[in-house]
Order: sequence, then C-alpha cells, then structure tokens
Amino acid sequence: MTAPALAPTSDLRAPTADRGRKGHKPGQKPFGPMAVLSVVILVVLAVLWLLPFLWSLATSFKSETDAAATPQTWIPAGGFTLDAYRGVLEQGNIPVWLFNSLFTSIVITLIVVATSALVAYAFSRLDFRGKKWLYVATIASIIIPPQVLIVPLFYQMLAFDMVDTYWGIILPQAIAPAMVFVLKKFFDQVPIELEDAARVDGAGRIRVFFTILLPLSRPILGAVSIFVFIGAWNNFLWPFIVTNDASLLTLPVGLQTIESAYGIQYAQNMAAAVLAALPLILVFLFFQRQIIKGISTTGFGGQ
Amino acid sequence: MTSTTVKAPRATAERARSDARATDRSRASRKRTGPSDNRIGWGFAAPFTVLFAVFLVWPLLHGFYLSFTGQSLTGQGGELIGVANYAEAFADGDMWRSMLNTLWFTVLSTIPLVVVALVLAILVNTGLPGQWLWRLSFFLPYLLASTVVSLFWIQLYSPTLGPINNVLGTLGLPQPAWLQDPDTAMIAVVATTVWWTVGFNFLLYLAALQNIPDQQYEAASLDGAGRWRSLLSITIPQLGPTTGLIVILQVLASLKVFDQIYQMTTGGPAGSTRSAVQYIFDTGFTGYRFGYSSAISYIFFAVIVVISIAQFSITARNRKGAQK
Repeated sequence: MTAPALAPTSDLRAPTADRGRKGHKPGQKPFGPMAVLSVVILVVLAVLWLLPFLWSLATSFKSETDAAATPQTWIPAGGFTLDAYRGVLEQGNIPVWLFNSLFTSIVITLIVVATSALVAYAFSRLDFRGKKWLYVATIASIIIPPQVLIVPLFYQMLAFDMVDTYWGIILPQAIAPAMVFVLKKFFDQVPIELEDAARVDGAGRIRVFFTILLPLSRPILGAVSIFVFIGAWNNFLWPFIVTNDASLLTLPVGLQTIESAYGIQYAQNMAAAVLAALPLILVFLFFQRQIIKGISTTGFGGQ
Repeated sequence: MTSTTVKAPRATAERARSDARATDRSRASRKRTGPSDNRIGWGFAAPFTVLFAVFLVWPLLHGFYLSFTGQSLTGQGGELIGVANYAEAFADGDMWRSMLNTLWFTVLSTIPLVVVALVLAILVNTGLPGQWLWRLSFFLPYLLASTVVSLFWIQLYSPTLGPINNVLGTLGLPQPAWLQDPDTAMIAVVATTVWWTVGFNFLLYLAALQNIPDQQYEAASLDGAGRWRSLLSITIPQLGPTTGLIVILQVLASLKVFDQIYQMTTGGPAGSTRSAVQYIFDTGFTGYRFGYSSAISYIFFAVIVVISIAQFSITARNRKGAQK
C-alpha cells in the first residue's frame, strides 16, 4: 500500500492561524465506570499492537537453535545472545542498503519539495499562459496509481539506460502532484499583502518567494518533506523492479532477498528486520510532534 | 507588474523578425486574456513540468500504446495488434481472480481500518494521561517498511513456531496454517494490514476529534446527556466528513495493495491472495509480456477511476444532503 493519500485540508491555515490544541477536553469527569472500561480496552489494544514488536525483538536475541525450537518461549532456553545481529552485520549488506535508502530518499525529498514549491507558487500567485491546463492536469494526475505505470516506466528506464542506477530509483519517484496541491492551498492562504509590500520596495518574484513565502511556509514544507521521505524510504515495488545489483538495493528490497540468501534463519531475519526498522523509528521519536501535526493538518502520508 | 518585456532585437535580421513575431503574439494574447507573468511563471513551473511530462504523462500515454501491441521485454512483438490484449484479458480467469481478490481485500480491510481507527481515537481522546504513549503504540507500525512488517508477521503466523498458534494450542483451539491455507491466507494478510496502517487513520480521527468545539459537549451535558448520548449525537455526526474522507482514501489505498501480500504469500496459496497489482507485475516482469501487462494496467486503472468517481459523488451528495 504505497501512494500519497489526499485528505482534509481544513486545518491548513495561514501562519496566523491558532495552533496546538491539546488532546483532551475540559469539563469531563475522568473517573466514571465508562472511563475505567475505556482505559482497560485501550491498554489491551496497546499491548496487542506492541506485541509483534516485542516478539520479533525477543526472537532477534535468540540463538538460531532456540529460534527454531518448539514450543517457542519468550525467554529462550539458551539465554539471549547478540549472535544474530553479529551474523547479519557480517554479511555486510545492511549498511550498504541503509546508505542506498538514505541517499535515494533524501534526493527524492529534495527534488519533490523544491519542484513542488516552485510550481505551487506559480499556480498560486502568477498568471501565465497554459496555467489552467497545467493545473488541471496536475490535479487530475493525483488519481493515477503509480503501480499502473511500472511497465512503461521500466521500458523508459531501459531506453535511458537507468536500470540498476540511483537515478533509475530516484527520478520516477521525484514527482508528487498531491504535494503540489497541498502547497498551493497553503500559499493561497498566505496574505498577499505581505508580498505586495516587498514588491513595492522593488523585490522581484524570485526574491519574494525565497525571502518571504518560504520562511512563512516552513511548517508545511517540513510536513511535506517528512511524508515524501517516509514514502520514499518505505517504497518497495519500484526499487524492487528497477534494481538487481545487490549493491544498489534499498533496505526494504534488500530485506526481501535475505530470506532466500540466508536460508531459514529466524533469528537473523528478525535481527535484520529490527535493524531496518530502527532508522525511521528514531526519525519519528525526534520529529514526533511535526509528524503528528503534519498528518492532522495536511492528511498526507507516504503509504 | 513583471511584464514579459521583449528585448530590442539586435543580432541578425532573422532573430529580429522572430522576436517581432513573439512581441506581436504576446501583445495580442495580453489583450485577450492578460497573462502577465508568462516568462517568470513558466520559469517557476518548468522543473516540475519537465519531470511531470517525462515520468508521468509520457509513461501514461506510452503504456496505453503498449497495451495495443504484443511488446515483450526482449523487444520483440512491438507491432500493433489491436484490442487482442484486452480481449484476452477479459477472457483471462486469472485476471478476474486477481481483481476479485483485490476487491475482497479492499472490503475486508477498509471496514476494520475505519472502525478500529475510530474506536482507538475516541478512547485516546478521552484525555487519559500518557497521550504520546498511546499515539506511539498505534502509529509506530505505520513507520515500518512493508518488508519489515512481512518478516515480523511471517514469523507470527508460522504454524509450528508462531506465537499465535502457540496461544491457540494452549487454549485448545484449532491451529490453522494461516498463510499456507487458502481459507485463512486472506484474513491473515488483512489482519497484518490493519495492524500496520490503522495508525494513520487513527491520527486523522484524533485531529478531527480535537476540532469539535467543547461548547457542544458542555451544552449537551447541561441538557443531561451522558457520555453515550454525546458520543452518538455529537461526536459521530461531527466526524461525518472525516469518515467520508478516510473511507475514500482507504478504499483507494487498499485497491493498490501489493507489497505485504507479495512478500507474505507471493499471491498464494493457489492464487487465493494475488492482487491486481501483482498480476500486472507478474505478467510484465515474470512473464515479460509488456503489452499484455499494460492492457491489464489500464483495465485496473479504469476500475480505480470508476470507484473514485462513484465515491466522490456519493460523498458530495451526502454533504449536500447534510446542508439542507
């Protein structure tokens, strides 16, 4: 399930808008029987949601013998060990895949944010011939599932000699019409008077864009960047199609190959999965507020 | 006003003539429609437009062309063969099976992905302490790559080693083979998907809940309405537009399912979980039949367009109804 999704823009207000309402309502009694029941249900569900993580984590610290023993237990007979992690890291591919994912995702994010912000500004503020057509085409293309383009895109990559290259991974992912829409909506709500003042003082369009509009748009640009990054980082189908060379695989695609490469090694599989999960979890812990706010204000996600 | 000022023609006579023509054209068009920022506007739009044209519009058109050819990966069969691919596709049982699997997956996954998200958001929004912990628990899986999710769940569903069957065995319940059984594979994949992606809808609902004005609840509680009353008569109706949007987004996302199914079951057992996108992938990249794969892509695209239009018109009608 990967495609930028389009959702409510109602909360997407200009920088003057109020922000940051806290999660609970005043004036409700915290401890009725209903409240107790809801806490119990919530705790059960939260545990249910965390268990797959914990089980996988536990397995990754088992020896291969213990990971294949029946019946499985939380605490292995032979005690916990780091062998699986050692084994995975010795194969040497994970750091390479990590770099590939990081590099391609960052470049994709930079291209998408830069080109989308520029065109969104043109849609919002400038009057040029063909603008209406370009805008309609851009909005209409949001409905196109990237998955239906895999065959012609691969054909194109063959023609451009981009199969098994970084550019082959990056370029087809470097357009996000939905993000153009989000940014255009945001620019529309920035008061034009702010720009007019600067333009009276003789600043050109480009200067106004960089010195006035972009600084005002930092939160929305942050949200868009995070989503494009998460989407690119987790994208599976396209990198899976366009790369074959083990040294060019991204992390999600690389992981898919380890099962066949390592044979059935439960502990190592889990160790690799845990290692692959860590970077984005760290990103989330650092940017938790921006990510949650980004989802609630723009409703855009990577998957 | 940055107008498109045309520089005085200097160089060759040829250049002068063409510049003069350009001036005439832009003057004429300004009189008609008045676009004043042609040059700067296209300057801003150009980087996106180039990528858009090359990596989206062109593949879209080329794919349509390919769907009328017998093109293979090896480069043979590039000549036009009319609608033969489409005719073959409509008679292809595997294609229909993959479409039906996709629709079935969409129905099975959308319902819990909306309902569970709503329940979670309402429970978290009651103002319990530790807000960040609840959000983290339910949203964390959404951050995982599909391959990580699949590796986790292949292990969990393992008939002999998996903790799920472990628990079922202890309780004396039957222990299905999950991913290896055509009767349970789809359910298993759906459950994984709900675990993985419900956090996104959950956050959308949470944001919408926080936008419901407190005064409404206060007024209701003055009128003696209990929690259930407020939930049914304020919360759920106020969330109507959000629910409409989440359903639309979820249906579209579920229709495009590929990753986790491909990774967990490769579409099996016996094709019981193969999705439409996987059938496109299989015909194109395992069967190397680019032309045929393109035709299936377009059939699938048409299905998505029809479903989207239907959804949007239903939502629009509901909104109009609500205003009256």
